[in-house]
Amino acid sequence: MAEATSELLKTADGRPLKAALAAAQTRARRRAFLLVLPLLFFVLLTFLVPIGYMLKRSVEHDGFAASAPALVAWFGANPGFDPADPPEEAYAALVQDLARMQGEKTTGIAGTRINYSVPGTISMFKKGAREAKDLVPPFKDALLAVDPAWAKPALWRGMASASNAYTSEFYKVAADMKLSDDGWTRGGDKERIYLYLFFKTFLVSGIITVICLLLAFPVSHLLATLPMAKSSLLMILVLLPFWTSLLVRTTSWIALLQEQGIVNDMLVGLGLIDDQGRLTMMYNMTGTIVAMTHVLLPFMILPLYSVMRVIPPSYARAARSLGATSWTTFRRVYLPQTLPGIAAGSLLVFILAVGYYITPALVGGADGQLISNLISFHMSKSNWSLAAAIAGMLLAAILVLYWLYDRLVGIDRLKLG
Amino acid sequence: MTVEPRNDAFVAFEHVQKSYDGVSLVVKDLNLAIGKGEFLTMLGPSGSGKTTCLMMLAGFETATNGEIRLDGRPINQVPPHKRGIGMVFQNYALFPHMTVGENLAFPLEVRGMSKSERDAKIRRALDMVQMGAFANRRPAQLSGGQQQRIALARALVFDPKLVLMDEPLGALDKQLREHMQFEIKHLHENLGITVVYVTHDQGEALTMSDRVAVFNDGRIQQLAPPADLYERPDNSFVAQFIGENNKLPGMIEELTGDKALVRLTTGELIDATAVNVKEKGQKTLVSIRPERVEFKPEMMPAGAHMIDAEVLEIIYMGDILRVVLRVAGSDDFVMKMRNTLGQTKLDPGQKIKVGWHPQDARALDP
Repeated sequence: MAEATSELLKTADGRPLKAALAAAQTRARRRAFLLVLPLLFFVLLTFLVPIGYMLKRSVEHDGFAASAPALVAWFGANPGFDPADPPEEAYAALVQDLARMQGEKTTGIAGTRINYSVPGTISMFKKGAREAKDLVPPFKDALLAVDPAWAKPALWRGMASASNAYTSEFYKVAADMKLSDDGWTRGGDKERIYLYLFFKTFLVSGIITVICLLLAFPVSHLLATLPMAKSSLLMILVLLPFWTSLLVRTTSWIALLQEQGIVNDMLVGLGLIDDQGRLTMMYNMTGTIVAMTHVLLPFMILPLYSVMRVIPPSYARAARSLGATSWTTFRRVYLPQTLPGIAAGSLLVFILAVGYYITPALVGGADGQLISNLISFHMSKSNWSLAAAIAGMLLAAILVLYWLYDRLVGIDRLKLG
Repeated sequence: MTVEPRNDAFVAFEHVQKSYDGVSLVVKDLNLAIGKGEFLTMLGPSGSGKTTCLMMLAGFETATNGEIRLDGRPINQVPPHKRGIGMVFQNYALFPHMTVGENLAFPLEVRGMSKSERDAKIRRALDMVQMGAFANRRPAQLSGGQQQRIALARALVFDPKLVLMDEPLGALDKQLREHMQFEIKHLHENLGITVVYVTHDQGEALTMSDRVAVFNDGRIQQLAPPADLYERPDNSFVAQFIGENNKLPGMIEELTGDKALVRLTTGELIDATAVNVKEKGQKTLVSIRPERVEFKPEMMPAGAHMIDAEVLEIIYMGDILRVVLRVAGSDDFVMKMRNTLGQTKLDPGQKIKVGWHPQDARALDP
């Protein structure tokens, strides 16, 4: 063997074998590449570019940096200034910039940018900018006379930070930190909305995944063991929700579960509950979980089914003939072989649930909102950078989960069908 | 080996019937007694009910009617895991997520055996099939033949008294299959276990078995040792299913004891042994094995009838020559000649006379 490998193999006409092989395969490879090219462009254009742009927005905002050149210069020259007591030059630069903002009509943008980290400042900026051209030195006293809040150390910290277009502030806000007079601190218990919502989103997604698994496992097993004709029919029932509009499905859950809905009417009719005690199953977390489980169930059934269908019944028979009870057979022989399907289905359902938006928005009420609803809220409030930061954190969390999954289960064991 | 049913039968089927759809019977009134230590093969074409019988014995199918007994105990209501029967499946059914060692440990673990006891048994079972070095491999890393040995070891590791094999060699190539037949036969002899073996391969059935039950249409057509089955088939289905067979239709001309004179439909008279024909004038199908057909007068018994034949084709097969003849109007009468030095040479178109010993021609049901 050693002699054979040390000598370079050549084709009959004397070319090196490797080069000849590569040349022979180039054409086929180029054709294959042309086939995937449209999709590659599509993915690049609709997936990678928007995500990259979103991630960029989460760390970049030049609303203040672009419209306050004097302050930017001053902050650049005095990096170690005391936010508790900025000197007169700083106020002079601020007043100069406020006047400029009024002239260029950028007060809103700049004020909004500061408002993100120091809430309640946008009106100060508008008022300050209106009066800036009339102010006379000493600017510190003059500006404080307009609004004493201009002396707040938190505001100066915020402006110093916003003077750089690139910032990690949005991530800090998304992690429930707030800019106080002493710098960035953890928010109080009542202010921890984002991390709480992250936690709740993951918890609810976990609950939905477990419910989906419990519901899908027997159904998939039935589908996999029934004769083909019957299982195809049942499969249509599983796929039917896929072919129905998401809105229609969600709305029908509202019709079923709302307080004057069919389920409550039936329970009242049967005398199980009285008319005052109608169950609240809609516009809260219950509604979100029920509707999302229904929507996501096929994503669990399909990978499970595809794995179960190829498990020959002879394994269970072998286990039984070897002396195992039906429970032992299930636990030690059947279940381990369905693991790739369980893993694929769970991952799919969980990741879809974590980012789910429409269903919680429609049926979740105040209590059943998830992190994606908050992202949407901030987008509608034009705080794109914060929305992007939350989305970025969500993306990072999912990538971590994916990595964990790969370490624990192995991506190669994933079987989607 | 003959076994008296009821008394000392190790496995007994009594009037067992099985229907899947409530309309037709897959197994029609099966009566079968298998002796302790016997190697019994259920042989038959697909759909003949042989696998259903095996599945009923293993407990995966319930008998619609009748009783199945194992060691004197009715087992109709006993679930499969309490029957203590080892089973080897056609596709081996080795658990893919366990190593070979874990596969073998499985039946011992569910029986609550201690680790040291398990290890000793696993080692013994693996050595028995010459796979001692493979305990840590996964089934997917083994060849078909190796997987087959492991499946065998797993079915034997918990010392079952009865082992069922459902076409276990079906997926192996010819050479390996023949080798494994030999090994299974030896294991059976050395361990003294009872084996019920299902196959559709008659060669396998003849090589390995003490007795063969030929199944067709939900019934046992004949239950006999291999040599009897081949040389003395009871009916024309068995005659045709086992080995190659020439059949000549005719009518009984004379019947004295078990000697019959048969007039073929083309008018010739031949000698035959009466098997399941009752009376003169009855229609019959005479079955003659190709290797028992003679064309040299000196090989024939005195006074035997010989009939005209025309050589149509000679097929060279190495050890033998297959001669296709036209005999009594049929174009597919086959004679096998040993390819020996000095064998008479035949040519297509040549006219010869063929005959046979009367005991080799069996007059069967038409």
